[in-house]
Amino acid sequence: MIRFLLFRIGFLIPTFLGVTVVAFGFIRLLPGDPVLLLAGERSIDEERYRQLLHQYGFDRPIWDQYLTYLWDLLHGDLGTSIITKKPVFQEFFTLFPATLELSVCAILFAIALGVPAGVIAAVRRRTAFDHAVMTTALVGYSMPIFWWGLLLIILFSGILGWTPVSGRISLLYYFPTPTGFMLIDSLLSGQDGAFASAVSHLILPSIVLGTIPLAVIARQTRSAMLEVLGEDYVRTARAKGLAPWRVVGLHALRNAMIPVITVIGLQVGVLFAGAILTETIFSWPGIGKWMIDSIFRRDYPAVQGGLLLIAAIVMLVNLLVDVTYGLINPKIRYRD
Amino acid sequence: MLRTKRVMAATFGLSLLAMASAGAEAKTLVYCSEGSPEGFDPALYTAGTTFDASSKPVYNRLVEFERGTTNVIPGLAESWEVSDDGTEYTFHLRKGVKFHTTDFFTPSRELNADDVIFSFMRQLDGENPYFDYAGGSWEYFNAMSMPDLIKDIEKVDDYTVKFVLTRPEAPMLANLAMDFASIFSKEYADKLMEDGKPELLNQQPLGTGPFQFVAYQKDAVIRYKANPDYWDGKQPIDDLVFAITTDPAVRYQKLKANECQVAPYPNPADIEAMKNDPDLNVMEQEGLNVGYLAYNTQKAPFDKVEVRKALNMAINKEAILDAVFQGAGRVAKNPIPPTMWSYNEKVEDDAYDPEAAKAMLDEAGVSDLKMKIWAMPVQRPYNPNARRMAELIQSDWAKVGVDAEIVSYEWGEYLKRSKEVDRDGAVLLGWTGDNGDPDNFLAVLLGCDGVGGANRAQWCYEPFDKLIQEAKILSDKDKRAELYREAQVVFKEQAPWATIAHSVVFMPMRKSVSGYKMDPLGSHRFDGVDIAQ
Repeated sequence: MIRFLLFRIGFLIPTFLGVTVVAFGFIRLLPGDPVLLLAGERSIDEERYRQLLHQYGFDRPIWDQYLTYLWDLLHGDLGTSIITKKPVFQEFFTLFPATLELSVCAILFAIALGVPAGVIAAVRRRTAFDHAVMTTALVGYSMPIFWWGLLLIILFSGILGWTPVSGRISLLYYFPTPTGFMLIDSLLSGQDGAFASAVSHLILPSIVLGTIPLAVIARQTRSAMLEVLGEDYVRTARAKGLAPWRVVGLHALRNAMIPVITVIGLQVGVLFAGAILTETIFSWPGIGKWMIDSIFRRDYPAVQGGLLLIAAIVMLVNLLVDVTYGLINPKIRYRD
Repeated sequence: MLRTKRVMAATFGLSLLAMASAGAEAKTLVYCSEGSPEGFDPALYTAGTTFDASSKPVYNRLVEFERGTTNVIPGLAESWEVSDDGTEYTFHLRKGVKFHTTDFFTPSRELNADDVIFSFMRQLDGENPYFDYAGGSWEYFNAMSMPDLIKDIEKVDDYTVKFVLTRPEAPMLANLAMDFASIFSKEYADKLMEDGKPELLNQQPLGTGPFQFVAYQKDAVIRYKANPDYWDGKQPIDDLVFAITTDPAVRYQKLKANECQVAPYPNPADIEAMKNDPDLNVMEQEGLNVGYLAYNTQKAPFDKVEVRKALNMAINKEAILDAVFQGAGRVAKNPIPPTMWSYNEKVEDDAYDPEAAKAMLDEAGVSDLKMKIWAMPVQRPYNPNARRMAELIQSDWAKVGVDAEIVSYEWGEYLKRSKEVDRDGAVLLGWTGDNGDPDNFLAVLLGCDGVGGANRAQWCYEPFDKLIQEAKILSDKDKRAELYREAQVVFKEQAPWATIAHSVVFMPMRKSVSGYKMDPLGSHRFDGVDIAQ
């Protein structure tokens, strides 16, 4: 197990180096000069322009800039945002809890609905329920997030008035946020109604962000279950006279979960991508919205730092998923 | 159901509100702002969103723009004198002005001349410890030529400051009302420097303004409370909250749900529905901008006034407004917008008359004219769709026998090439004002100095230039206005541009909000605003 872990972590290093190249190169490929954009439409004189280029180090050769970036990175320094003048690392981790909270709720929503729907669809194969689940999943998968989000806001917040339109908590509440997780901080604040307000603000964005993962998980669960349900040992279990729920719930589901967990792990990347749009619609102060702003403003340090951290998180989650296989299925336990 | 929930939440939240402001009757106004501020030091940035969150609520200037106008009125300076030669401005500061007392700083003294000098010297003097802080890019200060203009700033006594200029410049007063000229507390800045945290000046603003900064939750909420000691009296509302909401459709929903009471920049498509909503009030005003088509007046046949006039008369501006602005625009007849002082109402626009235009062209001996129209590649408030506008002008001109070809370039290239004196063709462009002074339009865009630069018509007409040069050095505003009105008449006779449109800005709010005035300069101010609860 330890060797496996070391091997996997060793494998992360070249991947991570690759990511630094992409993160560094990507924003520089976009047309638009950060210094000119900083100056705005009022234009800027030549001398001042050179001065600012020099200040940000953009006048040095590109390889030199990259090496400096790597060197700083090794020292845990992601640079300082050109716009807000704050360290990128600090900016990222101020906003990250909001994205994490939303993503966790979205994925929980997707699993809680997707796995049972997939299982039932597999057990009741070719029934109306199965068709309904699969059609809904297809529709959900193809749903443009922006449109879907607005639709839900107009229906549930606008017409029915059941949920708040946007934000993380009602503006009536104002308390310190030591953890950055609104669900936890609202409980810690001890203010009545704060937690309920935080929950109600999470409902719509979680549904919107969780829709695509939900569709993917439901389909994956169904096909994995179908495969497992056809296995000999399931027939044996049934022949033994085990209760159907035990056959499905214990014997089949556990084995079917392996590909499902892989898919859930892969959804982390999807969640980050979806978070960009979901956060924009719901005015959710997370890293997705921050990345978009940074890209528009050509804030090089923020974009390359943000991309790098997101990539690092995705890689870590995938590592965790690999480790989880072993926990679920003893056959894939790794030996030293 | 929501209402019950909200009432419950309100009840539960009261204890907190009671802390944030005095008493349980606290009046809170929520503004759904369109974006996050870049920081809270207005002199470092140029974006209106940043000014709305920093300079407008938290700071004051020596002089201020009167709410809802571009008139300059006393601010932290109670009065001022300008020397006869127009190069010395002496400001007398208001006494007893208190800086905000917050949980991050308690001032020990009131506003004095040191604060004023610090606020400018940090942008001007390379030796000032704050000159290089936070990147030290004093964009607007530089863009308004302050480093060339300001020779010195002297402290006459604790409440008197003298600005010595290198040349007479009447718009100086208007410049001092701009956001970059906000007055900071030197005491607070010194304290931060001493603590080794100068960057906090850009994160925890502290000024003399109508509202004081409470907290900023990045990309989500900015909280302010009314300054209890404001020199102009406490504001009618107690708490001001900016709920950052980037999507216009969502801002509309929040406005409807009363989650915010004022929300700027609506989708044009939603405006009709908003106007019909009994709970909402939609204010509208011309923006401080102009969209125009500039001929190259140095190239034949556009050097002839009759040719330019004839082409102007052939353009159907009403059709352009319908198609390009979809109602969010007004026909422009002058080069300055109607919200600006000295706007000349009496000027008559060239009537749309293709027949007469054709006759004028024939008379000028111009036939089979072939020319280019330059269409900008970007959207701007003064021109949301330059390509479409160019096509409409092209077809209008075809009716009078002019064959126009539409050209375009990448934006940077467009700006650069259109400046060239021997440029071929008429250029679509526009301008948004900085300081509400007519000089900021007329001299910048049409003065002889601007030829080969911002004067895209390459138009240097002595009678016009004389008027605006004279107006630039006079300090009597009425006399200046007179000269500018005259200049607009000359402009119209000479027609270096086809003036096309001013955009219209819409501002939706709930009917419970009173006292809001739209700012012609495009900012969003909440001093003097009240809310019925």
